[in-house]
Amino acid sequence: MKKPRTLFEKVWDSHVVVEEPNSPAILYIDLHLIHEVTSPQAFSSLREAGLKVRRPERTLGTMDHSTPTNGTLFHSLDQQAKAQLEQLKKNCEEFGIQLFELGSPKNGIVHVIAPELGLIQPGMTVVCGDSHTSTHGAFGALAFGIGTSEVEHVLGTQCLLQNKPKSFEVRIDGELGRGVTSKDIILALIAKIGIGGGTGHVVEYTGSAVKNLDMEERMTLCNMTIEAGARAGMIAPDETTYDYLAGRDSAPKGEAWNLALAEWKLLRSDEEAKYDVQLILDVSDLEPMVTFGTNPSMGIKITDPIPEPEMIPQLDERQGIEKALTYMNLQPGQTLLDQPVEVVFLGSCTNGRLSDLRQAAKLMEGRNVAEGLRMLVVPGSQEVKRNAEAEGLDKIFKDAGAEWREAGCSMCIAMNGDQLAPGQYAVSTSNRNFEGRQGKGGRTFLASPLTAAASAVNGKLTDPRILL
Amino acid sequence: MTNFIEIKSRVIPLLHNNIDTDQIIPARFLKATDKISVAEGLFADWRYLPDGSPNPDFVLNQAEYQGAQILLTGDNFGCGSSREHAPWALVGWGIRAVLSTSFADIFKNNSLKNGLLPIEVDADTYTSLCDLIEEAPHSELRIDLADQRVTLPDNSSFEFKIDNFAKKCLLKNIDQLGYILTFEDNISAFEARH
Repeated sequence: MKKPRTLFEKVWDSHVVVEEPNSPAILYIDLHLIHEVTSPQAFSSLREAGLKVRRPERTLGTMDHSTPTNGTLFHSLDQQAKAQLEQLKKNCEEFGIQLFELGSPKNGIVHVIAPELGLIQPGMTVVCGDSHTSTHGAFGALAFGIGTSEVEHVLGTQCLLQNKPKSFEVRIDGELGRGVTSKDIILALIAKIGIGGGTGHVVEYTGSAVKNLDMEERMTLCNMTIEAGARAGMIAPDETTYDYLAGRDSAPKGEAWNLALAEWKLLRSDEEAKYDVQLILDVSDLEPMVTFGTNPSMGIKITDPIPEPEMIPQLDERQGIEKALTYMNLQPGQTLLDQPVEVVFLGSCTNGRLSDLRQAAKLMEGRNVAEGLRMLVVPGSQEVKRNAEAEGLDKIFKDAGAEWREAGCSMCIAMNGDQLAPGQYAVSTSNRNFEGRQGKGGRTFLASPLTAAASAVNGKLTDPRILL
Repeated sequence: MTNFIEIKSRVIPLLHNNIDTDQIIPARFLKATDKISVAEGLFADWRYLPDGSPNPDFVLNQAEYQGAQILLTGDNFGCGSSREHAPWALVGWGIRAVLSTSFADIFKNNSLKNGLLPIEVDADTYTSLCDLIEEAPHSELRIDLADQRVTLPDNSSFEFKIDNFAKKCLLKNIDQLGYILTFEDNISAFEARH
């Protein structure tokens, strides 16, 4: 009998080209996504080595990290950002890679456009020089972030040298309460296992609560799996996955669809398969989550007080929390409810999809952004923007006093001028609250789109359930 | 990149856990299209005061650590963004080895591809190294990659683990892309099968 395997092992095994003793496996990569920030040095080295891009048709480029979202296209960019975008364009032209550049109707955040084009399919290996590549595990793909040297390896060989990670099952059971979302699940998970809790592992999400999530919610869950240090997050494909994919630009059609579907249905962990680590999370009592500190694991239920460092036995952990609270200028034991905020950012590869904007718009309809608060709504892609406008979501946001902007990474990474001023507090639907991440000296509370919208209306951190 | 053989150096203590790559190199320094210029952004928000002058309290700015090649730091070093600019910036400043209780996966991969040696130590070793540096900040450690050994000033030493392949690549300065290309026939056969 064949050894029972996990979903991850099945995808891994089917992509191993060679496995020499005492060496990492050579793993074949089905899809390589590139953007302006982590690719220029890879192309330079490739050129120096006199190599071509092995499979340009398996490579796709977009401009997203440093692009302006105020509609000015290239005009408002500094020289360095402009040069970097021009370099990407030149590289893609020279090596025959399709590029959705700034101004293209298909432009957007790399992790938003690839799924919406139907490029991400179950059982694939997907990489990108960006840690949030883990997003695409939502489709039952093995997808992970790589560095620039590895970008060069994939450009030149369509392969990567990889040591096989361990497997980690996170079973999520229970029914989510009103106003509680997949963003809250992932923030709760990271708070539980810690920012390094998944290091060296690929997480597979199973359980009834995962089954009930739609594709965009699953992408949010897998997207932030890297914030627990895991290489990737994966979810076995099911009807929800197939329904999402059917009819998309790059999804198989006709007979090819039926063949693909038959393959995809085999992509689940065998019943007897063993994981290296297992964890069960019941989300029935989960509440909206918010972070109080300077890494994504410093999260609490929105109604809970900030932990008291002196209650933490571990010295280095205690010092970490003290350092974070000093940076955030917050007091131990205080609740974050009613904490004033100056900026709300709705967007990013974590929560910049249509369903995220819909949820926030529904809560904000007929209400106004609080006096003096700045709210940026940044769709994840031009496609999300068009669809949102077709539903009138842009009007709801604008009527409420929010800024309706062009697609891009924007204030999640703050490379394009969209950033916090020193000392400002923001509620952000993005993925990282590291010191200075959203602008030097800026202070970030990570939360769901619902919590962000409710906080924008009240001008202070707000439990969205009181406004639903 | 030169072959990695041996380092003898003072140790820079940066004793926080979970130092993320946004701290190692803030995003505004990622607009470079080369690897050299990123070193100026290394720990920029900790290393410089708001007026741009060096922060005298930050360890990299202190006279005794100029020219030091070893960094000692807490758990989960290099977490967060996959930016390879982090090891580029560390190497550009002169760091050649980082000692920590654990490393984030992508950072570790990126470091090994840039001649930066991540050495994982257990909690007790970490504590004793912290004590050593606190008592005698001028202490030098010797790191021998071939022997996988770190030697302290009193000649006591401990062994560290490193993946065989990564060790070979560092010692012999193997071009990993070139290594993958030696399997060209296998890659073509794989593509033909799929």
